[in-house]
Amino acid sequence: MSAFLRSYFVIVVFGGAAVALVALTLGLGSVIRPSRPQPQKYIAYESGVDPVGTGWSQSQIRYYVFALLFVMFDVEAVFIFPWAVRLQALGVFGLVEMVVFIVILALGLVYAWRKGVLRWV
Amino acid sequence: MTAALHLAYWQTTTIKVLVVMGVIPLGALVLAYVFLLKMMSHMQSRLGPMEAGPHGVLQLLADAGKFLQKEDVFPERADRAVFALAPVVVLMSAFLLYVVIPAGPRLTVSNLDTGVFFALAVSSLSVLGVLMAGWSSANKYSLIGALRAAGQLIAYELPLVLGVVGVVIQAGTMSLQGIVQAQAHGALLGFKTLGEPYILPQALGFVLFIVGAQAELTQTPFDMPLAETELVAGYMVEYTGFRFLFFFMAEFGTAFAFAAIGATLFLGGWYVPGVHGTAADVLGPFVLGAKIMLVSFFIFWFRFTYPRFREDQLQAVAWKYLIPLALVNILVTGLLKVVV
Repeated sequence: MSAFLRSYFVIVVFGGAAVALVALTLGLGSVIRPSRPQPQKYIAYESGVDPVGTGWSQSQIRYYVFALLFVMFDVEAVFIFPWAVRLQALGVFGLVEMVVFIVILALGLVYAWRKGVLRWV
Repeated sequence: MTAALHLAYWQTTTIKVLVVMGVIPLGALVLAYVFLLKMMSHMQSRLGPMEAGPHGVLQLLADAGKFLQKEDVFPERADRAVFALAPVVVLMSAFLLYVVIPAGPRLTVSNLDTGVFFALAVSSLSVLGVLMAGWSSANKYSLIGALRAAGQLIAYELPLVLGVVGVVIQAGTMSLQGIVQAQAHGALLGFKTLGEPYILPQALGFVLFIVGAQAELTQTPFDMPLAETELVAGYMVEYTGFRFLFFFMAEFGTAFAFAAIGATLFLGGWYVPGVHGTAADVLGPFVLGAKIMLVSFFIFWFRFTYPRFREDQLQAVAWKYLIPLALVNILVTGLLKVVV
């Protein structure tokens, strides 16, 4: 494995370590903890009142337009980071390019704002 | 020779994993004890826990012992696999943050070229865990809490990510080790030896980062997802025992990591002017630790001071103020970098 791949392989190891930590502590707990099942213990908790309907109730989603906006800006961030690293080399040309890019995206935000997307209805 | 090298790689990796496995609970314990238990109590003119150990130092260990003995309860309607997996995802996100944080010139798990970018990407993994926890619990409080958390975390991830771009522009690298070096080689008020912490030229970036981090950690002005007075504990409401403790550990472990990243990006990280080589490796963790405590002091100070944002105010602050400010910050920093 090359040094480059090795430096990234550590990520996999650490992900595995997190799983191992959870498995170990829960395994240790299963030896110690009691198990006295009673039906009341498994009812969904709603501040002591018996739950009404299913837990997967309908709820008003005001977030989905924000989610769309988020995707737009997050992709923008992916493009901005490599530019930020190389800005010294790219010089004025790179800066002008990025100004154009950010202004277009800011226009998108202004449009969404004017359309009332950012208003909490 | 290659066999020996491979062995060495596994040995160092094992040591790193063990160290981080120690650092995360230790960091979480220190932050929770010093700030959550003691600082908050004293700010509210009370003593806080005093019984377990001198001044209540062992309180959290006693709590962990208690949680270990709790019965493992799955709600009857829960989606069991997802319910069990959610704390793992959140904890994994906290673990992976520690991969890139440097504590000395050689004390780093892996000095990735994409350092900051990786850290920000990994930190947003926890949104997945939170949504999984809220959805699989089959509980109305959990579901509302998870949706609020998702809405908040995606809104505040943008100021966080865009606020960091200014630092990347100044340093010309995304590697955290490189950013520390860039600050060490900067000149503060013409004094070359002092270095230049980026909090001075990137003050706006630092504010954006702290506010974004506060929201990502769901600390109080931004704790709509948890809102103990209305949602009890939001997405965690059905979790008991150690599964609950994993969320707690991940929250404070992530707070520790975010404070470390903030200290590295804006306060110069482990660097001490005039100290190089092995001495810097010895001194680095302590210097970084002191800066972590400073940054987390601010995070928790805000937490204990401000009342909770309403959901519409929360979204408005992010989209109407912080994100445009972050874009302006990027353009101004870029302009100064190219022109000056």
